[in-house]
Amino acid sequence: MTLLQTQNLSAFYGDFQALFDINVTVDEGETVAVIGANGAGKTTFLRAVAGALGTAPDMVMFEGRPIGHHTAHDIVRLGIAMAPEGRRLFPSLSVEENLLLGGYSKRPGPWNIKRVYELFPRLRELRHLPATDLSGGQQQMTTVGRALMSNPRLLLCDELSLGLAPVVIRDIYGCLEKITAEGTTVVLVEQDINRALDASARFYCFQEGRLALTAPTKGFDRAAIGAAYFGM
Amino acid sequence: MDWLNTFIQGSLLGGIYALFAIGLSLSFGIMRLVNIAHGDLIVLSAYVAMVVGQGTGLDPISCLIIVVPVMFALGYALQRGLLNQTLTGGLLPPLLVTFGISIIIQNGLLQGFGAYTQRLQQGAIETASLQFGGISVGVYPLLVFGVALLALGSLQLLFYRTGLGRAFRAVSDDADTAELMGVDNRKLYAVALGIAMIFTAIAGVLFAIRTNFDPAAGPIRLILAFEAVIIGGLGSMWGTLIGGMILGIAQSVGAALSPTWQILAGHIAFLIILIVRPSGLFPRTRD
Repeated sequence: MTLLQTQNLSAFYGDFQALFDINVTVDEGETVAVIGANGAGKTTFLRAVAGALGTAPDMVMFEGRPIGHHTAHDIVRLGIAMAPEGRRLFPSLSVEENLLLGGYSKRPGPWNIKRVYELFPRLRELRHLPATDLSGGQQQMTTVGRALMSNPRLLLCDELSLGLAPVVIRDIYGCLEKITAEGTTVVLVEQDINRALDASARFYCFQEGRLALTAPTKGFDRAAIGAAYFGM
Repeated sequence: MDWLNTFIQGSLLGGIYALFAIGLSLSFGIMRLVNIAHGDLIVLSAYVAMVVGQGTGLDPISCLIIVVPVMFALGYALQRGLLNQTLTGGLLPPLLVTFGISIIIQNGLLQGFGAYTQRLQQGAIETASLQFGGISVGVYPLLVFGVALLALGSLQLLFYRTGLGRAFRAVSDDADTAELMGVDNRKLYAVALGIAMIFTAIAGVLFAIRTNFDPAAGPIRLILAFEAVIIGGLGSMWGTLIGGMILGIAQSVGAALSPTWQILAGHIAFLIILIVRPSGLFPRTRD
């Protein structure tokens, strides 16, 4: 079943057009990667889906309904959550308060604070610390946990690996498998192509705001991605 | 003993200044809104209490049962209907709009009630006093100070023990990300100004029992509120109480030297602190 579909999605920052006619389809239960160079429009794509940028209603379809015109907070209620780039944790809130704020929409589902702590046991020990006192990896776990607290059907992850050590990245992607095992659909935006392709079944490659390539990950010649990635 | 007396009276005076400041501090802390109409909303609350008192025969403090919800609703509607639209264009639009609201309130009150000086009458409590080993402390200032402590204590609980308070702090940190987490910022801002108006209503009524007021009494309350907030440090709730107390003590000391020095002494204390510690005594705000 198709969970998310964008139809000729275009997005603007003022007069600057950042996305051109993007058509992406994500099926329920899938993990899909969106890759591309810096400035290719990956983050803009996620922000448009999450409602942070205004688009025409039917440019973004979720569960078969147009949601492009909804505000970001309404879209959380519909079941789309975001782990934003740069983590964006709330500095005045403790780790636990950051997680609880993720559950602000009170959307019912399998995730609650207890289950998030089971997924990331380290966070339970650190729960009373200010979120910004944590290491980068722990902050990233808090970001993912905070998004899960709204019990999303679709989880948008923006650059989970950014600035983290390889061993930490492996941990976080290991947890991602547990999340998808719950049936949560994931869209991964990554600059780390190998990491993204290992974790996903299909990928979309963006280049300068346009869709350059899409294919199943399995058996795909990674050298061929380079051409789409850099436009060579 | 005289100076101890001056010190105590001044500290208690700080209670009402802290109450003036709470509403201002909340709206700045949560939505970065500098509300120039804050002083006039204090005075408006006093007039609402006066009208309610005349209509029902209740004493001013009992009138709060009606004044508080009325001011909450006014704050909610003002934020939802008007001020939310000003928050995306930088610091200037909310300043201009609340300045306009200030003028409208002052002239509306002038139109409705004339320029007469008014006073709310609470009765014997206004002049009652307690003796503590030679020092006479007014029951009413003590009551006002107690209310200020209670108000700050309840805000502390609201901010650090409830989901609503958590959302207020999150929005204050990063409004865009809070929206991505499911917080309806505009609605939350409306609730915030509503809550700010609860404390404004209490401040307005308690002030009007103690001091004469007229339609033009707002701006000086705004300045006192600003001074208390800045002395205490932006974003620090208990700092606001200390700021109010410093203002009150400076005014009492000034008045003890010469009655004409009372108001000026408060402003001078404010200026000195601004020079020595520009970010206030207990700054909490990060940006």
